[in-house]
Amino acid sequence: MDLMSLTALELGRKIKAKEVSVLEAARAALDAVKSREETLHAFVTVDEEGALAQAEQIQKKIDAGELSGPLAGVPVAVKDVMCTEGLRTTCSSKMLENFVPVYTAEAVINLQKAGAVVIGKTNMDEFAMGSTTETSAFGATKNPYDAGRVPGGSSGGSAAAVAGREVPYALGSDTGDSIRQPSAYCGVTGLKPTYGTVSRYGLIAYASSLDQIGPMTRDVSDCAAVLEAIASYDPKDSTSVKREDYDFTSALTDDAAGTRIGIPRDYMGEGLDPEVKAAIYAAAKELERKGAVVEEFDLGLVKYAIPAYYVIACAEASSNLARFDGVKYGYRAEEFEGLHDMYKKTRSQGFGPEVKRRIMLGSFVLSSGYYDAYYVKALKVKALIKRAFDEAFKRYDCILGPVAPATAPELGKSLRDPLKMYLSDIYTISVNLAGLPGISLPCGMDKAGLPIGMQLIGDAFQEKKIIRTAYAYECSRGAFPAPKMI
Amino acid sequence: MANRIDDEMIEYVGILAKLSLSDEEKEKAKKDMEEMLDYIDTLNELDTEGVEPMSHTFPVYNVFREDVVTNGDEREKMQANAPKVKNGGFVVPRTVE
Amino acid sequence: MSKQYETVIGLEVHVELATKTKIFCGCSTAFGGAPNTHTCPVCTGMPGSLPVLNKQVLEYAVAVGLATNCTITQNCKFDRKNYFYPDNPTAYQISQLYFPVCRNGYVEVPSGDGTKKIRIHEIHMEEDAGKLVHDEWDDCTLVDFNRKGVPLIEIVSEPDMRNADEVIAYLEKLRMTIQYLGASDCKLQEGSMRADVNLSVREAGSTAFGTRTEMKNLNSFKAIARAIERERKRQIELLEEGRKVIQETRRWDDNKEYSYAMRSKEDAQDYRYFPEPDLVPIRISDEYIAAIRARQPELRDAKMARYISQYQLPEYDAEILTGTKKLADLFEATVKLGSAPKEVSNWLMGDTMKLLKEAEKEPEDISFSPENLSKLIGLIADGKINRPTAKAVFEKVFAQDIDPEKYVEEQGLGMVNDTDALKKTIREIVDANPQSVADYKAGKTKAMGFLVGQTMKAMKGKADPGMVNRILTEILNE
Repeated sequence: MDLMSLTALELGRKIKAKEVSVLEAARAALDAVKSREETLHAFVTVDEEGALAQAEQIQKKIDAGELSGPLAGVPVAVKDVMCTEGLRTTCSSKMLENFVPVYTAEAVINLQKAGAVVIGKTNMDEFAMGSTTETSAFGATKNPYDAGRVPGGSSGGSAAAVAGREVPYALGSDTGDSIRQPSAYCGVTGLKPTYGTVSRYGLIAYASSLDQIGPMTRDVSDCAAVLEAIASYDPKDSTSVKREDYDFTSALTDDAAGTRIGIPRDYMGEGLDPEVKAAIYAAAKELERKGAVVEEFDLGLVKYAIPAYYVIACAEASSNLARFDGVKYGYRAEEFEGLHDMYKKTRSQGFGPEVKRRIMLGSFVLSSGYYDAYYVKALKVKALIKRAFDEAFKRYDCILGPVAPATAPELGKSLRDPLKMYLSDIYTISVNLAGLPGISLPCGMDKAGLPIGMQLIGDAFQEKKIIRTAYAYECSRGAFPAPKMI
Repeated sequence: MANRIDDEMIEYVGILAKLSLSDEEKEKAKKDMEEMLDYIDTLNELDTEGVEPMSHTFPVYNVFREDVVTNGDEREKMQANAPKVKNGGFVVPRTVE
Repeated sequence: MSKQYETVIGLEVHVELATKTKIFCGCSTAFGGAPNTHTCPVCTGMPGSLPVLNKQVLEYAVAVGLATNCTITQNCKFDRKNYFYPDNPTAYQISQLYFPVCRNGYVEVPSGDGTKKIRIHEIHMEEDAGKLVHDEWDDCTLVDFNRKGVPLIEIVSEPDMRNADEVIAYLEKLRMTIQYLGASDCKLQEGSMRADVNLSVREAGSTAFGTRTEMKNLNSFKAIARAIERERKRQIELLEEGRKVIQETRRWDDNKEYSYAMRSKEDAQDYRYFPEPDLVPIRISDEYIAAIRARQPELRDAKMARYISQYQLPEYDAEILTGTKKLADLFEATVKLGSAPKEVSNWLMGDTMKLLKEAEKEPEDISFSPENLSKLIGLIADGKINRPTAKAVFEKVFAQDIDPEKYVEEQGLGMVNDTDALKKTIREIVDANPQSVADYKAGKTKAMGFLVGQTMKAMKGKADPGMVNRILTEILNE
């Protein structure tokens, strides 16, 4: 039996039933990583020693009855943007190639409390900037469904590790599309929670007002269970929200009856691949068949989300990434003359082209004389976008649409034209601007055998609605086929 | 409206961002930035008169900590990743003339 | 100089708040730790760390705002000020630009014969930077983040001051007010109060402002006065020569009495402020403001008036005593223990000030307790010691805060109140000095003083001079 082909909850149940030991599970993950990394390159760092040590500890706790949760003993991979004490955290950047954090991100602590065994850190676009995982300083990750294609990004390593059966589940982070789009490209289920639901403490910031950590899993049940484990109110994160409902798994009922679903007409028009479009409509029909009330509507403002996003995200990034200056941690240029030369050489050598591109743009839009025209304007557009969603959620429980305009592109094609790459975020990015939850789950394959993802967007704090709807769809769909490489 | 980013502007942004670009990179950065700004200018099609700029999406206010010391001496940890340390200080090139 | 010029001055005053912890993390603000021993992931700018606002910072800021007649911004926010420097580990300072916590205030300061209103443009909260120390051996700079994140308020005045006297009066007023609130000790030398001087000159009668410069590194009132005078002259000279004043930041070197421009090509002075996304907005309710207002202690002007009316102190005494919070607190505590107000005032204004001056110390450094001062005053009032003894005992109280009652007893300094013993001694003195007695009887009053002196000497100073006088007069007139 390939333990890594089980879902997290399935494996958790076997561990609980003592059919599988935690050590066996961890070894299975490490073996899978060993055999598949050559093809996939999903990991930046694999922590074999640490994983085995954790496994022993957790087994003891399970045996002592101190740990009984559904994820106890299950291996996990963590995107290399979350700090892990004593375990190198690079953001896939030369800048942090040797950075070993002295504390652990709150979301990871929450997972560890639930008994997770951290196998390693997954590859990503450098500092989460990109949509293909090709901007990583340590080489691109490959799509398990076609190693000639990208896994998406920025959480491409996490998506590939889950789809490639290296681990049952992983954590990702999503600023514009970074959980949902790679999930769609790799045929896995990924959820970006409502802003403030998962603590950002220890998440190395790209754009603070948009970043959220979320689960990337094989199915909706795992997704709900992992979200339940990582979500918490954290006094260390001022933007953390104290929620009433953390019992996300209670929404796992196969029931779409009466659910009001809106499909934005503006998502389904020009630029959308016909195969993707057909898959989304087929999913909608299935939900309708199960009693959902589905209709098309005009969301509006769709084309303004991307420009507003790039202004806000790049501005915040230019400030967030200014701390990488060669003084306290991370890369420092070897030769320089004086302070400012040290700064410039360190940063120019330590950051890759996409990161520099966004820092330059962000510095420009905040600079004297341009702030109002660009930054304030973008914040106003953000307000309008939020308003458009507020209107929509007066009428619908969920918004259904595609995740990306097409399936995974070939390696090496996207970065040549950044603007075009940015445009592929058109269905996901407004969700971050409005702070809303969104789930991406597979809803078919194209002719080339590549997964197609659908997205369900919920109103703020309505994760349960999208989880329930996604679960209902998934029950009809059945298990999504594994990549052929497995 | 086509945006023009001249050499001086690229140089200036480089100073702000502490990035030094090669001539080739500069040319590329100029083109990139012009393209992005042209694209961003589509925002001007929207009338945002009277709209309050939204930095936080949700109404969360007044998050405070109590004025109580919770941290001890963790210097060793704080300097574990430092490129250069001397006498408990982070070493940087001389800042004063 | 052909034309008449007017100097226009505005101040940016930074005050370190007296909180126990830093503004955004739980590190101690205590002085004197070894470098970087009061640091954590937040104040060293570790990736992934996040700030959370210290409650007390807001309270102090609002209290200072109310005491300086400001309007409190009930929807206030933090912004990031972006610049690279090694003392700034995140490369941005969390400060307030768009919605500072207090706006539109004023204070009244003495000016000439009357008072003048100096308007306050705003007060905002922000974090202090780290400390840079030059290392000569390796010719490098060492960075210490112990001070990084210590809470500051910056009080920005309108350009309402016209000379150094007004500037110093304004600073004194702020210092006094903030000290009274307990929000800071406001020590210029130690840097817990720092003033940057914005100065421009214009032709007398002109209403437009000239180009201003900002002067930094002013560590004493004297340095401020000198820097103002020098910068005024420098700007006038430039204008007289037909040259322009350049808007720039200058650093004052008080040893050389000279300032130089701090600007370099790499300092663009473009701070790219934007709302701090890691902190949520602050909503200040009417109730919150009312509660702080209710807790507001009596400030200096009110206290001075009360000292005059309630304790019948001369205006001069009231002014000196309220001149520092420490002195005023000590005065009130001692009076509360039952000592006569004027007597307490005399000890504080006389011997205390004299001893402070000799030790080159400030009133803040006083270490004796009101209990021991009160006991000392009690010893005099009860006639247990005389004034010369009291002065000697007070020196001990001042230096070591000793218990004067115990000390007097242990050292046997108490006065001899045995009238018979005293009479006996005086008779012996009178008998031994017939010439003086004769002089006295001949009307030479000086002789009386001599005889008192001899008696005190014989009594080893432990007699009440009043009583000696009375008995001596009786005996001489027998």
